[in-house]
Formats: sequence, structure tokens, C-alpha cells
Amino acid sequence: MARDKKISRALSAAAATLLGSSAEAGLLDYDFGGQDWDAEAAFLLYSESDGRVSAVAPALQLTRTIDTDESVTLRFTLDALTGASPNGAVPSKSVQTFTGPSGSSDYRVEAGQTPLDDTFKDTRAALSASWTQALSRENTLTLGSHLSVEFDYLSLGANASLARDFNQRNTTLSAGLSVSADTISPVGGTPTPYAATAVDGDDDQRPDNDQNKTVTDLLFGLTQVIDRDSVLQLSLGLGLSDGYHNDPYKLISVVDNNGDPTETIHENRPDSRSRQSLYTQYKRNMNDAVLNTAYRYMRDDWGIRSHTVDISYRLPAGTGWWQPRLRLYSQTATDFYRPYLLDGEQPTAGVDSSYASADYRLGEMDTTTVGLSYGRDGDRPWQLSVEYYLQTPKEPEAKIGSLRQLTLAPEMSAVILRLNLDL
Amino acid sequence: MRALISAALILTLAGCSNLGVKPWERGTLAKPEMALDSSPLQTAFEEHIYFSKEASSGGRGFAGGGCGCN
Repeated sequence: MARDKKISRALSAAAATLLGSSAEAGLLDYDFGGQDWDAEAAFLLYSESDGRVSAVAPALQLTRTIDTDESVTLRFTLDALTGASPNGAVPSKSVQTFTGPSGSSDYRVEAGQTPLDDTFKDTRAALSASWTQALSRENTLTLGSHLSVEFDYLSLGANASLARDFNQRNTTLSAGLSVSADTISPVGGTPTPYAATAVDGDDDQRPDNDQNKTVTDLLFGLTQVIDRDSVLQLSLGLGLSDGYHNDPYKLISVVDNNGDPTETIHENRPDSRSRQSLYTQYKRNMNDAVLNTAYRYMRDDWGIRSHTVDISYRLPAGTGWWQPRLRLYSQTATDFYRPYLLDGEQPTAGVDSSYASADYRLGEMDTTTVGLSYGRDGDRPWQLSVEYYLQTPKEPEAKIGSLRQLTLAPEMSAVILRLNLDL
Repeated sequence: MRALISAALILTLAGCSNLGVKPWERGTLAKPEMALDSSPLQTAFEEHIYFSKEASSGGRGFAGGGCGCN
């Protein structure tokens, strides 16, 4: 018990610090020794096939219900990644050598293999806080903020949403605004667009400066209770992202007419991106089983059009429940997706007005997630999910020379394990 | 596609006045598993994974970002 008190005190101090001094007085008026904070822990294990990315992410969420109409939620997440990530270059019929982002380490890629950058390693710490308060019988305000830190990336953001109930609380309309300011500090400096990468330790010229990106999102929502057993949600999202969008670690191969790489250059993406999305979700209770269906359409001015369908079905079983789940996703390619460039076709180094990226995540692709969860309700609910994720990028149709015998867009699969428990 | 979505939206909005329940009929809807997001922590993990691996993000909530995810 004494230990519990100590933890509570530490948490309350942390909460007070997070929420700033204005909230401190209010928070400290409450008794932290009791069961006032509701804690929930979660754990994520993500592991890609073929030694690609592995991630371990523990998270803790604390919720304090101050009154029936006021609550505070704090969330801490750690995210540790290791493994190898495709660097964007094409495979070749001969061995290839690449220089890591820091310029100090080289890595070798065997003939016919997808070039993976195995110098990739990252840890992310994220913190978010939100506060929800009923302003009146019908109106609820939510204010939130987040901080996410990596050694080469920093994101700081704030958001506000207002929800209004109508029609005996059967209809809720909401509007929200989120602004995020990100700072990117590429390892080894910011690469010059289309500049050739270093060969054998010979450094390419890079300005050692930070880059910025501002992401603004507007979200409008409509939630409608249909009947005693079902509810429907519609959301319209508008987003604008402004600033540095390049992935400083992604490369593009320049190949000759035989399909053999002659050099590897850095990519360049537009400095703004605007997105529109429509999300709809329908949830229905059927004799204590719950069907959840969601669909999202998204488009952006980079040429991405995507459809996502997500269906799950929760079946009660004794004191617990089972939940199978299927998610299907399909995207078109961005206008500037180029799996490789032909020699002579590549823009001059430093040309910022022309765009090209070989990042397969910007290419045409379908993905499938199948999963099964088991959980228990009660005083201390918990749930465990196992999922299998498969990415099927579209192989470029017209390939040149020796590239015809090679796979440029290999499938990638991952196993995802998620655990959630109330503490 | 667009016409279909618009039609669905209009029908939904027009139907709103006839939809809904009385306050005493909310027993089932009040269950935690009937919340639109019944596990926000799990949702956050999901969004983070798909943000890192696909070209679309958000829609359900704020698209956010906040990582240099590879």
C-alpha cells in the first residue's frame, strides 16, 4: 500500500508538471492516494519477416475522472525499433555497397537482394495529455497535446475539439483542430535532392541543418444512435502538411539501359501535401455479439487514393470474448513514385522543383491484416491480439534490362502482438 | 463513388430525426464494447503502425504524424 501511495504521488507530480501550473492547484485538491487514477498498460510487439523492422512498444495510460463530466488522460509510449528497412534502391545482379546515413558505415547487399539499410535503429518516446470537460449539458470540450521525441525527429502538437449533443443525445456533431510542429534532424545532415550518395567513404556534401514540417488537421464528425443496438459515425478530415517531406534515408537507383545501377541518388518530394478523408463506422450489437465495420476513403494531392475496410466481430464466450478481425487496404501510387530512374533522366543535384521517390510505401500497394483477439471483461479487463499483416506492393510493369529478372517490390509480412490490461 | 457517398450522407442526415432511442433504452449502447473506440490505446498502436507502413493516415481521428517512421 505504501508503495501504491508513492507511485500515486509520483504520478500526480508528473501530471501536474505536464498540465502546467494553472492546472496544478486544481489537481492537487484531490486525493491521489485512493483509486482516483485508472491505469491501463499496453504492450506491442511488431516483427517483420526477413529480418526487417522489429519494434517493441510498451505504453501506459492514466485516466483521472475528476467529475462525471471532466476527465484527464495521460499517455506514455516508448517505441524501440531495430532491424533493416528498404533504402529505396533496386536490387542488382551484382553485389552493391551503400554508405549508411552517418557516412561512416558501409553495408553490402548481395546480388538479387532488395537493398536494406541495416544501420537503422531508433527509439521514440511519446507523451500525450488530454483534458475533457463538459461546458454545458450539450457541449463538451477536449484539449490535448503531444510530444514525440526521437534522436532525429521531434514533434510537438496541440489539439482542440468541441462536441455538441442534439436530439436527446442521439446525435452528436463535433469539430476539431490539430496542429503539429515537427523538426527533422537527418543523421549526417540534410541530403541535397538528387545528389549522388557517397561512394567508399567519400562523403557527399550536406548542409547540417534541421528541417521543419507543420501539420494542420481539421476533423468534422457526426455520431448518430440508430436504435438500441447500433450506432453510426461519419467523419470528414481535411489535412495540410507544409514543409520538409523528404525521407532523408531513402535513395533512388539510376540505372543504364541494361538495368545495371550507375549511381544512387537522394529523393525529393513536394514541400506540401493536402489530404481529404471520409471515415464511416457502424457498430451493432447482436445478442451480445458486436459487429464493427469501418470504411475510409482518402485522397491527397500527391496522387494517393486509398480505400480501407475494417471488420471485426466480437463473440462472447463464457467470461471472456473472442474477436476475429479483417482489414483490407489498397492505395494508388503518388504521381512522383519512380522505382528507379534511367541514366540521363535524373534531375541535376539540387533541383528542388522536380519530384521523385522510390519509397515503396508511395507506390501502388494492397495490404491485408487478419487477426484474432481474446479478452476478459470484469474489474480488470485485459485483451490479447495476434495479427498477421501482409503488404503486396505492385511490381512495376515495364522493367529494363536485367531488372526484368529481379523483384523490385517484394511482399512483406509482419506479425503483430498486442496486449492490453487494466492495472 | 462520390455520388454514392453523398447519397449515403444525405439519407443519414435526413433520417436523423426518426432515429435514436429514449434515455432509458441506452443499456446496450452504454456497454464499453459498444463505444466507437473501445480501446484507444490499441487504436493508437494501430494508427502508428499503419502511419509508418502505408501512405494514408488518420481519418478516424487526427492524422497526426510525429515520427520519422521507417
